[in-house]
Formats: sequence, structure tokens, C-alpha cells
Amino acid sequence: MADIAPVAGNGLLDRRAFLRASGILFTGYVVDPAAAEPLSEAAWSKEPGTVVPAYGTPSKYEKAVVRTLSNPNGEPRNQHARTPHQQLQGIVTPNGLHFTISHAGNAEIDPAQHRLAIHGLVKRPLVFSVDALSRYPLVSRFTFVECGGNSAPLFSPEPIQASVQGLHGLASCAEWTGVPLSLLLEEAGVDPKAKWLVAEGADAPHLSRSFPLGKALDDAMVALYQNGERLMPGQGYPMRLLLPGWEGNMNVKWLRRLQVTDQPGMTYYESRTYAQILPGGKAYQFYFVQEVKSFITHPSPGMGMKGAGLYEISGLAYSGNGRIARVMVSADGGQTWAQAALQEPVLPKAFTRFRIPWQWNGSPAVLQSRAWDEGGYAQPTRAQIIAVRGQTSKPPPVLAFPSQHYNGPTSWAVDASGGVKHVYA
Amino acid sequence: MSTLKWKLLGIAIAFPVTVTAGPNLGQPISHAELAAWDINVLPDGTGLPKGSGTAAQGAPIYAQKCAACHGEQGKGGISAAVVGGAPVKSMDSPKTIANFWPYATTLFDFIRRAMPFTQPRSLSDEEVYALTAYILAQNKLIGERDVMDAQSLPKVKMPNRDGFIPRFPEKM
Repeated sequence: MADIAPVAGNGLLDRRAFLRASGILFTGYVVDPAAAEPLSEAAWSKEPGTVVPAYGTPSKYEKAVVRTLSNPNGEPRNQHARTPHQQLQGIVTPNGLHFTISHAGNAEIDPAQHRLAIHGLVKRPLVFSVDALSRYPLVSRFTFVECGGNSAPLFSPEPIQASVQGLHGLASCAEWTGVPLSLLLEEAGVDPKAKWLVAEGADAPHLSRSFPLGKALDDAMVALYQNGERLMPGQGYPMRLLLPGWEGNMNVKWLRRLQVTDQPGMTYYESRTYAQILPGGKAYQFYFVQEVKSFITHPSPGMGMKGAGLYEISGLAYSGNGRIARVMVSADGGQTWAQAALQEPVLPKAFTRFRIPWQWNGSPAVLQSRAWDEGGYAQPTRAQIIAVRGQTSKPPPVLAFPSQHYNGPTSWAVDASGGVKHVYA
Repeated sequence: MSTLKWKLLGIAIAFPVTVTAGPNLGQPISHAELAAWDINVLPDGTGLPKGSGTAAQGAPIYAQKCAACHGEQGKGGISAAVVGGAPVKSMDSPKTIANFWPYATTLFDFIRRAMPFTQPRSLSDEEVYALTAYILAQNKLIGERDVMDAQSLPKVKMPNRDGFIPRFPEKM
């Protein structure tokens, strides 16, 4: 045990400890392992397996790894499906588990009939088919998409007991491939008076959001592919607007129209739903950037510990401003901190996986993470956020959280039995 | 090869052409051909169609097509209230047309694109004007006899017009 001294309170070890040469370093931690059972041939090793399917799906033993649904019967209101971060690893969200919010169900669009129109303050109004866009020079990038209201349960004055999926499951990360919007706008010829674009979906609400021309010419994309395959219906098949790092609702799905304008549309979702009330009654509007955030996924509620020993703490960090520069982890409720390792690749506006070894001695501990991005922006504390934004007067029902951006830390209390609870610390 | 691909390859060359960088596969489309989709209404009134409506004309349409979800009196239904609402004070406050929405044009835009929930785009522009007038009048934001049209609707002063702070003004 003397080989690696903890670098922060309650047993956090150097982030490089797992990378060192020998498991010998940790032999002192193995507490009286029970002898293994004798090995034998299992049934599946003694006969041929199943027919290989045309489209693969996860093992039948992974049936519990699914999104949680806010409206499973499709009642006439919005539907949320949350990503099970506690059961995933790495930085890429599998397509079937990418979070989805649909304001009136998923549109089922025939790609042969779908069109994207670009008009308004342009020299040449144009309409594109899916086939036409698929012939353009394509670009790929990993980027997260996060609902503006993700993590809003942490505005509750008391910690809501939910999994990391329930608290933070409205964010996901994928490799998106599509056409740079700047290229299409160049072909249409943007008028010098243009300042905004209003994007519109082909779904039943014809969901519309405005975004500034600067973002359109920077890194906006008309995305056609998600992790290599065509977009899932819940991500806007056959095409969506992708505004890397910006509020999820602005990444308009089932994209059918972009009107170039000299003013924002002040659409329902920007002037009402995603405008965020501050104490006193004024409200933030156009909350574009999803600012730096991190949370621990392993361990987390429902995914507890089994006895003292060596564990890896890992989680996700991301910033709509660029790359993650640093993640610090505490095991003593924020009294002392150790730097986590950042798993490569560390990409701008994408999930970054962080990891740190932890020698848990079996006594209560409180785990937290805090991230910084390459612009120097630090993930604020919960107290700092509440001081500016306020909190709800009482814990609201899970389905009634306001669409408010929360990017403070999340604290997990580990008890002596290895159970994990959500706490404020 | 397109200039874009040259840029992506990091090859700095002058590319002395004046055509656009992409393959130009968009088809030109006229305003008339776009008309069925051209439904954005901007806060200054740009995009508002011909036609008009009054609260009296809107009342029966509301009763028939809206009340089932939004309540007979514009509140108390399974969907958001469209009438009333105490001043917003904190994130607990329900956001309503009367206490929160900054522009009356948004009401026309949203009804026309998204309502009724199960039958969007089924209302005529006249019906949308009438419903807009009815809801604004029920909220006492216009008079009972006021006519809503492309000229009058953008002039409706919403109580919370100045209640907003752009979060990232430098990016606008």
C-alpha cells in the first residue's frame, strides 16, 4: 500500500496509477479473494449459435439497458427518452440510446419526398433533395447534443433521488456527418442585410427556432448520418440542423426549411419554453451555449459498490465552448481534489470520458467532479448557480421541471454498504 | 475538386474561380412555389398573411377546436392555460401568454404551425387571426371588438415585452 499514496482525501489515487507497469502495486488491496469455481464447458460452447441477423441488436442479456420514457403511451404532449449513462462507457452514445425529445411524436418521413428549402434574404432561393445533399462534400464531427433543461432536477431545493439517467439523461454524443451549412448558404447567396436564420422541422408542430448567421457560417451542419448510419427517426431522419455545443432544441430535427432573416423569429420555443426565469421575474433568452459540465457515471445511484477495494471512478465532461481542459474529482465532498485522467480523444464540443482510480476503504464518502474547458471557464458550484438563478420552491414532480440550464456539480454519497445516493455537498 | 476540399486538406492555393464552392445541386424555387411552407411570422409582422379576425369570430372556433385541451375558459385543461397568469417571479411561475410572451405575433405563428395538436395546419389564416384575437381579448390585451390583421397584430403591446435578457449577446 505504500507504493501509491492517495493524492486526495478518502483514497483517490494518482490518475496514472492504472497505467503503471505492474499489478503488484495493488496486490496489497486485494482482500482475501474467494477461490474460483472450477471451469467447465458452457451450453453455448457445445453447439452452434444463432443465425446472424441482417441488422444486429444487443445481447438479450442487455435488455435492461434502455432509455427511460416520460410518455410511453404517446399521450398528446411531448415525449422524453433519456440516455442510460450509468450503463454506457466511452464517449459515443449508441444510436438507439441517444436521448430524444419529440414535441409531438417522431415524424415518419419518406426521404424520397423530403425537401430542404433555403430562402428569405438570399439571392437564389433553393430547394434540396436528400439525394442532392448526399452528393455534397461531407464532413464528420463528434459533438454532444444537450437539452436546455438537462440536469434541471438539481434546481430542486432537496436532492432528487434518481439515477444519472434521470438527472442527466437528456444529453448524448454521436459522430454526425453532413453538409456544412456555410456551403449551402454560399450557393444561395446570403444578402448583406441577413443576421439570423429561422429553422423549421417537417414534424407536426413544425418546430421552429432562430439562430444567428454567425453560427450558421461557423460550424453549423445539415446532418444526414449519425454514428455512420442515417439519422434515427428520433434524431430527425432524414436530416437535422446541428449547431455544435448549442441548446438541444435549436438543433431542429426533420429539418425542412431555413429562412434567412434580419431578425429572430421570436418563436414559441425561444420566446417562451426555453427562456429561463430568473429571481425577480426577468428571464434569460437565447441561452445558446451549453456551458461546461461534468458528472460521475461510475459509480452512481443504482450502480453501487461491492465491498472495499480498488475502483475506477469515471464520468463525462463536455463544454459547448470547446475542449475539456481538466477534470478534478473529490471523494470527500469537495474538501480535497485530485486530477482525473482524460481519455483520448478529447474533442471540442464533444463528450470527454474522465477516469481516476479510487481505493475505497469501505467508509462513507461523497464523490464529485468539476470540469474546466479550454477557454478557462470553470464548472460553477451549485451555490454559485443558485445565487444567480434561484431554485424551485419545493421538489417538483419529475415531469414538471422547468427547462432551465444547470451545469453545476453532482454529488454522490457512498454509504458503508456501497449504496449510492444523490446529495448536495 | 472544390475549394472546400482543398481547404480541408490544408492545401493553401489560390483557386481563381468565381463559381460557388459546392456542386450546386439545389434547385431554384420561386416564392409562389414556396408559399405553402412560408409560414414564419416575425415580430415586426413580416410574414403575416392577408385576412383578419375578431374575438367574436374566434370564440366558436376556440370552443370547437381548442377548449378540449386548454379548458373552456382558457385554463384548467390538460394543456397549458392560454388565459390568465400571475406575474412571473421565479422558475416556479407558469409562463403564460399574458405574463410572459413578448410578442403577439408568436401567438399567430404558433397556432398556425402547431395547433390543434392533433391536426396542425388545418386552420385557415382567417381562423388563426380570429383565434389570436379571441385569446388576446380574453387576456384583456386587446379590446373585445379589436380586429387583428397584418397591421394591428404586431402593434399589440405585450406586458412582458421588456422582461428578457439575452444570455449571449456577443453571439447574436
